[in-house]
Amino acid sequence: MAERLTILVNGQPVDVRAGTVVAAALAQAGVTQFRRSLHGEPRGPLCGMGVCGECRVTINGQPHCRSCLTLCAPGMEVRTDD
Amino acid sequence: MTSHAFEVVVVGAGPAGIAAACTVADAGRPVALVDNSPWLGGQIWRGEEANPVQRAARQWLKRAAAARVTIFREASVFTVSLPQRLLVETPAGAVELGWQRLVIATGARERFVPFPGWTLPGVVGPGGLQALVKAGWPIAGKRVVVAGSGPLLLAVADGLKHRGAHIRLIAEQAPSSRVLQFGFALGRHPAKLAQGLRLKARLLGVPYRCGCWPVRASGDEAARQVTLTDGRRTWTETCDYLACAFGLAPNLELPRLLGCRLADGFVQVNEFQETSVKDVFCAGEPTGIAGADAALVAGCIAGFAAIGNPGQARALFGARARWQRFGRALRDAFAMRPELRRLAEAETVVCRCEDVRRGELERHDNWRAAKLHTRCGMGNCQGRVCGDAANFLFGWTNDSVRPPLLPVRVTSLLSPVADVNQNPTPPAGNQP
Amino acid sequence: MSATADITIVGAGIVGAACAAACAQAGLNVVVVDRGPVGGGTTAAGMGHLVVMDDSPAQFALTAYSRRLWRELAPQLPSNVEFDPCGTLWVAADEEEMAEVRRKEAFYREHGVKVEVLDEAALAQAEPNLRAGLAGGLVVTEDAVLYPPGAARFLLETAPAGRVQVRTGIEVNAISRDGTVRLRDGTRLAAAVVVNAAGCDSPLLTPDLPVRKRKGHLVITERHPGFVRHQIVELGYLKSAHAVAADSVAFNIQPRKTGQMLIGSSRQFNANSTEINQPILDRMVRRALEYLPTLGQLTAIRCWTGHRAATPDKLPLIGPSLDCERVWLATGHEGLGITTSLGTGKLLADLLLKRPTEIPAWPYSPERLAHGDAPHG
Repeated sequence: MAERLTILVNGQPVDVRAGTVVAAALAQAGVTQFRRSLHGEPRGPLCGMGVCGECRVTINGQPHCRSCLTLCAPGMEVRTDD
Repeated sequence: MTSHAFEVVVVGAGPAGIAAACTVADAGRPVALVDNSPWLGGQIWRGEEANPVQRAARQWLKRAAAARVTIFREASVFTVSLPQRLLVETPAGAVELGWQRLVIATGARERFVPFPGWTLPGVVGPGGLQALVKAGWPIAGKRVVVAGSGPLLLAVADGLKHRGAHIRLIAEQAPSSRVLQFGFALGRHPAKLAQGLRLKARLLGVPYRCGCWPVRASGDEAARQVTLTDGRRTWTETCDYLACAFGLAPNLELPRLLGCRLADGFVQVNEFQETSVKDVFCAGEPTGIAGADAALVAGCIAGFAAIGNPGQARALFGARARWQRFGRALRDAFAMRPELRRLAEAETVVCRCEDVRRGELERHDNWRAAKLHTRCGMGNCQGRVCGDAANFLFGWTNDSVRPPLLPVRVTSLLSPVADVNQNPTPPAGNQP
Repeated sequence: MSATADITIVGAGIVGAACAAACAQAGLNVVVVDRGPVGGGTTAAGMGHLVVMDDSPAQFALTAYSRRLWRELAPQLPSNVEFDPCGTLWVAADEEEMAEVRRKEAFYREHGVKVEVLDEAALAQAEPNLRAGLAGGLVVTEDAVLYPPGAARFLLETAPAGRVQVRTGIEVNAISRDGTVRLRDGTRLAAAVVVNAAGCDSPLLTPDLPVRKRKGHLVITERHPGFVRHQIVELGYLKSAHAVAADSVAFNIQPRKTGQMLIGSSRQFNANSTEINQPILDRMVRRALEYLPTLGQLTAIRCWTGHRAATPDKLPLIGPSLDCERVWLATGHEGLGITTSLGTGKLLADLLLKRPTEIPAWPYSPERLAHGDAPHG
């Protein structure tokens, strides 16, 4: 299970273990703020289980993806704060 | 869109759902198990599929893997297209699942109580943080304050500590007298007692304080400090994470959409776990928060009942009654203190999706009016987080369930093109 | 309890709210009652499109008058009303529909409504997410959108101090011929005049009203700002809205100030349940995808239904009821109640006070349908 893969987080390559969710990869890359609220406040994951929507990021161009339930895949492009 | 039909469809792959699905499959009946995450095990057994640690989880997950259960992963049930048909969004598009009997085992989510600073990154549910850590979130060397209520706080603190986190404090809002009483009550459930004692031993050196709770989290771009109180004095802890939630709230969206009757905030079921809607069963936390052991028994009963085997279902009634007593003890011990209703200030955000503050909500007298005029509950979480919070703060009920139950792609709303295959051969193996 | 009220208005939807605001402006004391919250019925279910329409001269007169009133009010509207002067873009799929664009252009210009004709290239530039190959379109530049429940609340809350009393969560059992309203709890509200502005429920309180429920479906998306810039409606919409017998769908999409989009529309008679009808939803979404192929990949967060209060000639009922001078009507606005609410309120107040109206009021008089001489049918 030591298989590793690389995704792009805001353009920067991040190397993670297979089985890592996107939210965790973002944390590994040092991202704390996943999105800004309507009034511009920083937000990050709250529920960790696909309920709250606070961990939403853009994955491969698709906005509003729940990063806590999405597994990293090789070459995946993730953007925060779009 | 493709369609599949099964005799039984089970929604939710936590303990209740796995037990129900295995029970049906072992009788040789076609059954599907649907879960919105990539893993089996639900929240309580998160991570056990890849890396089993708990004995019960290992046994049941092994059984599920061996059984002829058609498993749909990363599959969100989002609406009912026709009677006895569910629409499910998967990464490959929407799928329609036909059923003759349905078992709802949608589990629970953590209940969040708003307080100043709870929206800062770094404030996270304890169960949520544990789930993220199991999926690769780096926690080693991080300082964590675990707060809120319920036995989950201890389990999470243990899990995080095991992975190298520094647990600064476990703050339980319930008074120590109640928690002690609960500890004595565990004597009736030797397994739970042993589990509790093991936890206690492993958490040696970690301060566990009852009767205290967080009143504020602060930091610029993320939570760096948490202020706590025991009602008399307040103090501050520095931290990287505040893992805080106050017990669990049942996931009732699907049973509500199907029209199942609720009582006291839970799905009403008969002795065979059948809801007020014929052929729709419900097991686990949506029928009452009582933990994984209760869910397993109830899931088995629902499974037996769903395939018309009341005898074997009945044999489990005694075990279920025992775990239901455990659930009641849990509820009584960790009852929420009223002070928690006053943590949120007028300026504190309650609805995180739409940034609606407490002061705006207080101008209205029910959920519907507040929703219409403040947008509370109109956002991405569909009122799950703010609905639970508003229920606790104001006693409002969020009963307006509208499909899709979770956000889906617009194309997923289209009807399936092909007719349902009425005599299905379930796809071989575990993945459709 | 409200012996001082001059008018009781049953219904706190946008029409009731506009009537209350206009009556209060005119110096009358008003009590508004509603079984739900302010703006919780059809007002909450609809799109909130402020649009000039020209199906008939009377429809044009009322929509143009009302839209003018909205534009006058716009600078005062608070942000929660989400007023957005995005304009309406009528899309023509083919040359036949382009002919309709030109007819509409001529009519609107002649009557002082600002419009702009788009050819195929200009259309693609205006709305890049529309599919290629559409013939063109007509932008009605001063049309707008808003959030109707917020607008209803604004109208009630900004009425002259003390003149409007709003009582929500109170069910009305009956309206008597003597102008009293009997509430479910048995109490009565007395006033000189009662206005039945109960929308789809209005026939329950005033028997024999020619008002029927016409069901609609809507989908709202997540925030995808900029995906569309105008409220876009297919010109085929007119065929749909006119088709009285059959269930119909038409492409109609609205950008919200939040960055969300509302996707419509459907029309069904004899469909009184509030449940989502999957085949209709399917047809409606497919129609939208024909015009906006990439819409399918965006995120939908909610679907719902609502009912419009429809009359046989597609014009509202504004004025005294047929058999009782103390019971007035302000109902039957079908899909145009948000737009025409302000005009309705002004007409009603002027008629009540026997003042001259700014546009002729007779096309909307309840009398017209009693004699079977509907002016447009």
